[in-house]
Amino acid sequence: MTPKTRLDTALIAVEQVSKSFASPEGKGSFTVLSNINLAIYPGEVVALLGRSGSGKSTLLRIMAGLLSPSEGRVYSNGQPLKGTNTDVAMVFQSFALLPWLTVQENVELGLDAQGVDLAERRRRSLEAIDLVGLDGFESAYPKELSGGMKQRVGFARALVLRPKVLFMDEPFSALDVLTAENLRGEIDDLWNAGQFPSQSILIVTHNIEEAVFLADRIVVLGARPGRIRGIIDVDLPRSHDRTQPRFTALVDYLYTVMTNPDLEVTGLGVAGAVAASPVPAARFEGAAANSVRRSPYEMHLPHARAGSISGLLELLVEKPDGQEDLPRLAERLGLTVDDLLPILDAAVLLGFATVAAGDVKLTDVGREFATTTILQSKDLFRQQLLRHIPVFDSICSTLREKQNGSMRADFFLDLWDEHFPHAEAERQFATAVDWGRYAELFEYDADEERLYLPEAQLVA
Amino acid sequence: MRTFPTPEALKRFPFGLADIAVILGTIALLALIGRLGADTMVHFAPPEVSPEIDLDPRNLPYYAGRSTLRMFIALAFSTLFTLIYGYIAARSRRAERMMIPLLDILQSVPVLGFLSITVTGFIALFPGSLLGLEAASIFAIFTSQVWNMTFSFYQSLRTVPQELMEAARLYRLSGWQRFTRLEVPSAMIGLVWNAMMSFGGGWFFVAASEAISVLNQEYTLPGIGSYVEKAIAQENLSALGWAILTIAIVILLVDQLFWRPIVVWSDKFRLEQSAAAASPTSWVYDLLQAARIPRTLGRLLRPLGELTKRALSALTPPRSTYPERDEPGEKGDRIFNLILLLIIGAIIAWMLHFIFRTVGPAEVLKTFWLGLLTLLRVMVLMVIATIIWTPIGVAIGFNPKLARLLQPVVQFLASFPANFIFPFATLFFIRTNISIEWGSILLMALGAQWYILFNSIAGAQTIPTDLREMADNMGLRGWQRWRKVIIPGIFSAWVTGGVTASGGAWNASIVSEIVSWGSNTLTATGLGTYITEATTLGDWPRITLGIAMMSLFVVGFNRLFWRRLYELAETKYHL
Repeated sequence: MTPKTRLDTALIAVEQVSKSFASPEGKGSFTVLSNINLAIYPGEVVALLGRSGSGKSTLLRIMAGLLSPSEGRVYSNGQPLKGTNTDVAMVFQSFALLPWLTVQENVELGLDAQGVDLAERRRRSLEAIDLVGLDGFESAYPKELSGGMKQRVGFARALVLRPKVLFMDEPFSALDVLTAENLRGEIDDLWNAGQFPSQSILIVTHNIEEAVFLADRIVVLGARPGRIRGIIDVDLPRSHDRTQPRFTALVDYLYTVMTNPDLEVTGLGVAGAVAASPVPAARFEGAAANSVRRSPYEMHLPHARAGSISGLLELLVEKPDGQEDLPRLAERLGLTVDDLLPILDAAVLLGFATVAAGDVKLTDVGREFATTTILQSKDLFRQQLLRHIPVFDSICSTLREKQNGSMRADFFLDLWDEHFPHAEAERQFATAVDWGRYAELFEYDADEERLYLPEAQLVA
Repeated sequence: MRTFPTPEALKRFPFGLADIAVILGTIALLALIGRLGADTMVHFAPPEVSPEIDLDPRNLPYYAGRSTLRMFIALAFSTLFTLIYGYIAARSRRAERMMIPLLDILQSVPVLGFLSITVTGFIALFPGSLLGLEAASIFAIFTSQVWNMTFSFYQSLRTVPQELMEAARLYRLSGWQRFTRLEVPSAMIGLVWNAMMSFGGGWFFVAASEAISVLNQEYTLPGIGSYVEKAIAQENLSALGWAILTIAIVILLVDQLFWRPIVVWSDKFRLEQSAAAASPTSWVYDLLQAARIPRTLGRLLRPLGELTKRALSALTPPRSTYPERDEPGEKGDRIFNLILLLIIGAIIAWMLHFIFRTVGPAEVLKTFWLGLLTLLRVMVLMVIATIIWTPIGVAIGFNPKLARLLQPVVQFLASFPANFIFPFATLFFIRTNISIEWGSILLMALGAQWYILFNSIAGAQTIPTDLREMADNMGLRGWQRWRKVIIPGIFSAWVTGGVTASGGAWNASIVSEIVSWGSNTLTATGLGTYITEATTLGDWPRITLGIAMMSLFVVGFNRLFWRRLYELAETKYHL
């Protein structure tokens, strides 16, 4: 098949789509998605996998017609999309059920809007409720249901419309681990049995295992700006068996890809043959060295608490060689990738650990940090901050230039604002304050919104 | 063998006891409304033909009924206004920029000061009929309750969860369906709560608006407020006592028969998706639930409902193109802003011109001075009410059993119209020779203080037990305990109560700075007296000046004082 004819059969096609949002102060705009090309074909399950900031939810909403692309086009069934996509039904992360309607009324919502008459509405909704295993709960209100049951209602409400493509926006991430596992399995069974009321599924997730388990193709998104880094085919027979070496190899490979934003995503050649990736620490140090002439505020700080970083390192130091497999680490900590990766990034950025081939390993400094006393570990933290992250040096020298050793928070926020959307700039600031406080580089008075040099330094 | 049907079988029987109660109740209600409503159309040609009030207590149920009917008509209008105004303000970015500040100002304008303007307007609108006065009174109640209902609705609309809005768009709900299925339900709890609170406050205005003198003319409308007015003029203490008893019963009845069931019903619109710990209960609601008639009626009317839904949905189809909200048209906005500014400037200029041409700057300075005096009264009131009621409120709030018992009582006191008590206080001032200059503070406090008490109780209840145990554990006692734990803990609740109380006090100043008993009239120096006297004389420039000055004080006080405290409460003392 040539690409052209493939595109013709696509249920939804995205062509060179970019999305940018204007910053509220009118200081220009920030690109969330850049040059996306993607198509969803009948009979496949596609996963959008990316870390926070990769614009995966934005892409989903553009394909659903809830947001308009700034550039490029979206086609649904070959027709250019001008608004809400009627071929699509969505399952939401927070369920998005109306608490004042019963299960059945919630499921009937879309049919009601289409003007389907009462009897037909009833018949079809009961069928859908039956399909997701909610028999007997028709007249219950959502607040009487557990999280898993609520999401079942979410599925029934979407499936009753028999959409061409079912969209799922992190559908299992608000559920506890066991419930999520159960529901995910049931949806997979339904799909594998060929009874699924939609032709395709598009799922947004940051859970690597979930993507490999459910999807036939995994679209890996990169962050800042959001873009497609590569598409990986999951060449396993359905249902995807977690115990297969190929499954674990794919998961390991995706961990490697996700922890190395610069790595080219080419897919997994021979099973298990993951090329050793470059040591990321070098990349960051390189970045720091290169940015001498650039603004130190340009570098993105991963949002991890100093305490979490320290906790991770202390966990690793008990492992043989200070090394651990990433999927196992995530499972042990009960953390999703979105929670774990920023901590990992921070540890790598500060030179406490390295990540390669799906494993994390402590560096010598990291080992020292994890084993020494609190006071000394703070010294180490400060030393690594100043060595690897230029923004801290910049903040400290700004403060030292002032006679009273203090400066308004706004001043620094403005500097970040030039490189990030305002909400992100605020988070950058919060992270910097957390690290700087922990390292005793500076203090922050939240009432007055000012940064201070510690008094000891001021005297010196 | 069974001789008697089982309880289940009885329930299955189409007509239960509950149904009989519901039918009788409905018939009684309709008859009552018909009887009371008919009298609003009577001939009226002031000053020759004007309704007379009879002080015989046997007439009180009738008068109370007339007043209550006014309250409900005003509530219906308020709800309608709220839905329309709030919806437009929340949906149109441009309208929002004009409508919300306007709402903010209207909320601060003293309702009673307006009566003079509205009464003359409405009488001109319905010549020769009592309907004009009726409308003016209803309008006064309307303006006293509508603004915070509208605010609440607007705010709820703005905070509908994003994913629910997306679901509504994706599932292609029509405008009508979105409004009835998503937007109104998600605003329901706040709307009902605010309506109930405003309704409670409305009794004060119904009493004040039934008997007023405007442009040297006495206007009387049959109702419990004018009954009280007449009792005062005739120095009839026993009639006053009957009136107070009546209004207390009416407030309780309305609460039990109307608000309770509605509060219980609206509980299902809670957005938190978990079951609430303690749900309110109502016997009327249970009765309606047990009865078959409402459900049968509902089933019979269902096709009709479907039909209207179809029709209204067809009129408001879901939009098929992308929404435009994220693309601000800057040029259009600037022109819009300019026009707005011009209009506001023109109004201010016209008002200044009018005031200066007719009364002169000296008069402006005088009203400013009077405003300061009234402000002083409001502040003294706030301080004293806080010192007295906060400790009591905290003590009640810390004792769950007591709180459950007393909270409805305090709510009742808050909705009890303070102006019914005024005559007793006036009598007391006359007997004890207390100057009204200070006494008016007490009068203003009669209505306003309950908000402070009520919110102190609520605030104390929200302080986590952990914190209180910690305070015990650390040995915090007396003032230290207050400073470190209790005051920060109840701060935001106190601010909420304080804003309401001070707004109420400003409004009350118009009727409490000048009070009478028989032929005795006590007059305090203040802006409230100034407005009342100008209204009586029909001195338009002075009415305008007085109201403008009071609005300025209220708005300024809100901006400079309450808003700052509010921000502090939101950021620092947020539990």
